[in-house]
Amino acid sequence: MQFAQMALDNYSLDHAYDEMFAAPGELHRHYEPLFGHFSSLPTEELQRRKQAADLSFLNQGITFTVYGRQEGTEKIFPYDLLPRLITAAEWAKVERGLIQRISALNLFLRDIYNEGHILRDGVVPREVIFSCKHYRRQMTGLQVPRNIYIAICGTDLIRLEDGEFVVLEDNLRVPSGVSYMLTNRRVMKRIFPQLFRSYNVRPIEQYTQLLLGTLRSLAPEGRPEPNIVLLSPGVFNSAYFEHAYLARQMGIELVEGRDLTVHDNIVYMRTTSGLRRVDVIYRRVDDDFIDPLAFRPDSILGVAGLFNAYRAGNVTLSNAIGTGVADDKALYAYVPDIIRYYLNEDPVLKNVETYLMTRPSERQHTLANLDKLVVKAVGESGGYGMLIGPQSTAAQREEFGRRIEADPRNYIAQPTISFSRAPCLVENSLEPRHVDLRPYVLYGDRVTVVPGGLTRVALNRGSLVVNSSQGGGSKDTWVLSQ
Amino acid sequence: MLSRVADSLYWMSRYLERAEHTARLLDVNLNLMLDESSTSAEHRWLRVLHTLGHPKGIEWSGDPYQLTSTLSHDFNLSASIVSCIIAARENSRHVREQISTEQWHRLNSLYLEVTKPNQSDDREEFLQFVTDSIHQFQGITDSTMSHGEGWQFIQVGRFIERASATAMLLEAYHEDLWIHPEHIPEGNEYLEWMGLLRSATAFEAYCKVYTADLTPDQILEFLLLDEQFPHSLRFAIDSLQSALEEIQRESGKTRAEPLHRLGGRLQSMLSYSSVEDILRQDIVGVLRNIQLQCRAIHNTIYELYVDYPIQSALAG
Repeated sequence: MQFAQMALDNYSLDHAYDEMFAAPGELHRHYEPLFGHFSSLPTEELQRRKQAADLSFLNQGITFTVYGRQEGTEKIFPYDLLPRLITAAEWAKVERGLIQRISALNLFLRDIYNEGHILRDGVVPREVIFSCKHYRRQMTGLQVPRNIYIAICGTDLIRLEDGEFVVLEDNLRVPSGVSYMLTNRRVMKRIFPQLFRSYNVRPIEQYTQLLLGTLRSLAPEGRPEPNIVLLSPGVFNSAYFEHAYLARQMGIELVEGRDLTVHDNIVYMRTTSGLRRVDVIYRRVDDDFIDPLAFRPDSILGVAGLFNAYRAGNVTLSNAIGTGVADDKALYAYVPDIIRYYLNEDPVLKNVETYLMTRPSERQHTLANLDKLVVKAVGESGGYGMLIGPQSTAAQREEFGRRIEADPRNYIAQPTISFSRAPCLVENSLEPRHVDLRPYVLYGDRVTVVPGGLTRVALNRGSLVVNSSQGGGSKDTWVLSQ
Repeated sequence: MLSRVADSLYWMSRYLERAEHTARLLDVNLNLMLDESSTSAEHRWLRVLHTLGHPKGIEWSGDPYQLTSTLSHDFNLSASIVSCIIAARENSRHVREQISTEQWHRLNSLYLEVTKPNQSDDREEFLQFVTDSIHQFQGITDSTMSHGEGWQFIQVGRFIERASATAMLLEAYHEDLWIHPEHIPEGNEYLEWMGLLRSATAFEAYCKVYTADLTPDQILEFLLLDEQFPHSLRFAIDSLQSALEEIQRESGKTRAEPLHRLGGRLQSMLSYSSVEDILRQDIVGVLRNIQLQCRAIHNTIYELYVDYPIQSALAG
């Protein structure tokens, strides 16, 4: 059986934007060669390539692991064979929007931890900032190198029903997943070399080098050849594979808190040849855990005295401490205003419409329409503390109504939106699945967006949850050069 | 190189050497059980426990198969083969980006194999599998990993473990070797002595040097003083000392004299003593002293490279 015949059988379109079909039976033009190529392959050949891809992931050790003392099962990160395509024009806008957004958010962080103009001008209310649990008082007045707070970021985008890219979430603390972006590409190039060549895809392999350059550009003054390290919470962290991968690709040392020590506000790592000074730390440890003296005293992942060394300007932490205040779910609603305030431009990438429960009129609207909206707890992530209106029961809505009244700062509401859908290989046929897109942005000498990103797929039919822990997978993302 | 990395590589290697040694010892003694022997089973298996340094949490219960099974598969016994392999793999996982993918695969599949439930009843097969896998791992290590500082720490771990184990093995057999001086061994005794040599993979190598004539003096000479045999004490200490010198050169660490002295003293004792010199002394005393020196070398390595006080590092 050839692929083309059965491909369309299970492929039904709904109101969500479809990445491949413009209308039933009518492909978007840039998907034609891809569809043609897949159609020409017999199903056995497709399965063979699928297995080759899986094996390649397994052999490279691109797995996440359920560890215990007596059992250790390693699973590969689910991976879909069909690449997701983004045209040059679509990408140009995404890129422009991300550069604009990250620049504005960075100016915003500098402002609120220093003079606070935006607060005085009443664009963002003070209580949104000071009630945020990621606000770090300790950062007030602290000079960070080049005034760059967010050096590494991964922004979650989705496409609305009309195909427009909008921002769902900014990840400004320790975004992960970039290793999957890089390894997906490596595997795709091996499995579909001709298809890849015919598409003229923009490369992403330079990411690790750009990351290294970004980190180097943030070194403290007077340290021309900085010693850069990646600080990981250790092997029990689910992203440990990524930490080890990035450290190896950049050729920098992978350290844990216990490898570092601070003396006289200088950070050292303990090596067999003695103590060696550390200048830049790409930290994959959360603010709270980074220094038991400055933040959570029960942390054993951090380094005592690290924050003082940072404050003294002897070491750079990347990202800076306290950036979480700018990716707070309630602050999200103010980002378009923040962009206008600092850059005097209109946002290129829109937000998803968001109702703040602290605003009485929006709260009333939300409470009256709980069955149509999605309510999210500000402090939670990964799909927890959420009410999905259309799928909720009356009791749940009543419960959320009470919670919103009790603590309005802790909740936001958004319309129920469908992410766009892209074709995935399910068994032997093509079926549409919801996808998002997380491009990776670096901010050193200048802002760079690597053309591509991690396309996450909700592999369960109809699901909107793209997290790998809940049945999510990924696709390679091809940004076309013309 | 990070101290933590050195520490993990060292212990990964030590635990594997320990697992291999235990596996071989059990294999040899299970095999000896097939022949009737003047030594009672109890004596032999108590000697096995002595050879392993009387591990905590295990006693001789009268059943050799029970003992073998505990020493092979018991997760709760830290000296068991499976515990050693888990510990080795745990250490390697902490330095996943420092070792080669091939090394990781070999060790990880060994781990998956020995920890899977429903182990087969074939004891010999299990022990043989463990020994073979560890040999493969050593081969892969030598041919896929740069022979830099990390590799040298692996050598240090392997040879310090081997040196202590061989000294302990000779100590455990001491009584049996010299129980009837001036006496030519007969059937079963000959088998026991062969067992001693095979516990150190030394039987064939011994025969090449001394023929199949087994005498206590020559066995002692071979396992203690032979320059070329990889399981002899002298070979182990020579290798240990040269790995330590290499590490010192690469790390550029100053103040390594105490470590150099300790290793050098043991090395020269083994290089420049004749077996007659040693026979004139209290042999058990000599063997215990070697174990003490190995422990001192271990402690000094830690003081110098891993657990050094910050103050001393800042001063120099």
